[in-house]
Amino acid sequence: MEHQQAAKIGEERGEAMIVIDSLCKSFGDNHVLKNFSLTLHSQENLVVLGRSGSGKSVLIKCIIGLLQPDSGEIIVFGNNVVQLSHHELDMLRTQVGFLFQSNALYDSMTVRENLEFPMRRHWFEISQREVDDMVMEALDNVNLGHTAEMMPAELSGGMAKRIALARTMILRPKIILYDEPTTGLDPITAREIESLMLKLHDKYKTSSIIISHDMNCVKTTADRVALLLDGRCYTDGSFEELEKSDDEHVKQFFE
Amino acid sequence: MNPIARSKDFLSQTGQISRFAGHLFSLGAKPPYEIKEFLAQCFFIGYRSLPLVGLTGFIMGLVLTMQLRPSLVYYGVQSRLPVMVGVAIVREIGPVITALIFAGKIGSSIGAELGSMKVTEQIDAMEVSGTNPYKYLVATRVVAGTLMLPVLTMLADVISLFGAYIGVNISAVTSFKLFFLQILHTIEFGDVLPAFIKTFFFGFAVSMVGCYKGYNSSRGTRGVGNSANTAVVLSSVLIFVIDLLAVQVTSILGLN
Repeated sequence: MEHQQAAKIGEERGEAMIVIDSLCKSFGDNHVLKNFSLTLHSQENLVVLGRSGSGKSVLIKCIIGLLQPDSGEIIVFGNNVVQLSHHELDMLRTQVGFLFQSNALYDSMTVRENLEFPMRRHWFEISQREVDDMVMEALDNVNLGHTAEMMPAELSGGMAKRIALARTMILRPKIILYDEPTTGLDPITAREIESLMLKLHDKYKTSSIIISHDMNCVKTTADRVALLLDGRCYTDGSFEELEKSDDEHVKQFFE
Repeated sequence: MNPIARSKDFLSQTGQISRFAGHLFSLGAKPPYEIKEFLAQCFFIGYRSLPLVGLTGFIMGLVLTMQLRPSLVYYGVQSRLPVMVGVAIVREIGPVITALIFAGKIGSSIGAELGSMKVTEQIDAMEVSGTNPYKYLVATRVVAGTLMLPVLTMLADVISLFGAYIGVNISAVTSFKLFFLQILHTIEFGDVLPAFIKTFFFGFAVSMVGCYKGYNSSRGTRGVGNSANTAVVLSSVLIFVIDLLAVQVTSILGLN
């Protein structure tokens, strides 16, 4: 029901970038997602809120094809991710960025090599000068132009997160999936990451799904919040709407 | 775990490793090829292993000669020492010992490296950036390992024979030319070829097992440690199994 309402609202907002329909995913007897449905619209920041272990990260890993769902459909740019070949999935992934909770920077490469890596794999015709320009632009976007020759081990937690964000953005994806972008960061750095996310959203006109239970992050970044509860999309709406909700389950998150 | 469950687990693991190895031919054979990473791995696996392989080869030749000499003196055939040491090194000891050293150094290194990348989500990051991690990480390491071990074995054999020459000259005087002429006159094509061919299989087994264990590492630091450890143990066992099969095959083909 909520999904239909969201889809209706979405029609007013713009085209659907991701449509998730009746998604189910289990690990043994643990049914993590049960008929989960959700739609992400163009240039929308959608925060998926839920308790730890509720399946938020599983959801975005299914979207990017890192996990295979048991049933259901995930339509990204009109393609059902579940049915794509390995090559088609690789091509789709150039349009969908993923920011890992652990940053997942390649620790044997410098920051520059980390940023160059996705470009070298996909843009064969690009010259070294263009690569250098794009790397510096990506680093300047996150205010870390001086770190190009540093190793990931030399970076602080906040710097590593910003480099990971720069690497996520380097292929200019249309959709970005953020897995708990502010978890483990001090409040000041967390706010810096949030403002960077908004800045890059405005600059590159991206659509995002943000997994978080940091309410400050949710309030700052969300155009719409979806609550994942018992494997389903329990409800969705703007932060203000959910904050005023009388529902006991929703209230727990906003108290 | 009861014996039936153990057997099931063993068969399941064998199937998974076979499927993992099968991807090398289905995925790894298709372009684009990761030439830069392959050359980097050749440098790391081949060139960086050379000092260790050379040192152990030299000591192996020296010690083998010194240990064999008293027995040959006892039977009055010490003049056959270069021939005996030469054949033993080229046919069996050189390839097997080099492969075991290779398993200890490269198998564990690949297992730990890929295991660490797995638990820190670097392999997932590679996959979501549209890069096939199997092609980039596994295919390059397996092909480099398969090609580098035969080269290392040849070099180890030569260094080992030089060690044997030193060993002979500790107790007696033999000219360098005479020593190597005796060996070269005795060793035949049938001694060198099977020994050389089996090193490709050793290299493939060690690097494939290292990649499989690392790539399928469980979460946590203990998982990485286990990957490195089991990679060495399993590849060492496989080296002996392949050696046994190689002896049987060469015997059937009449190359012995």
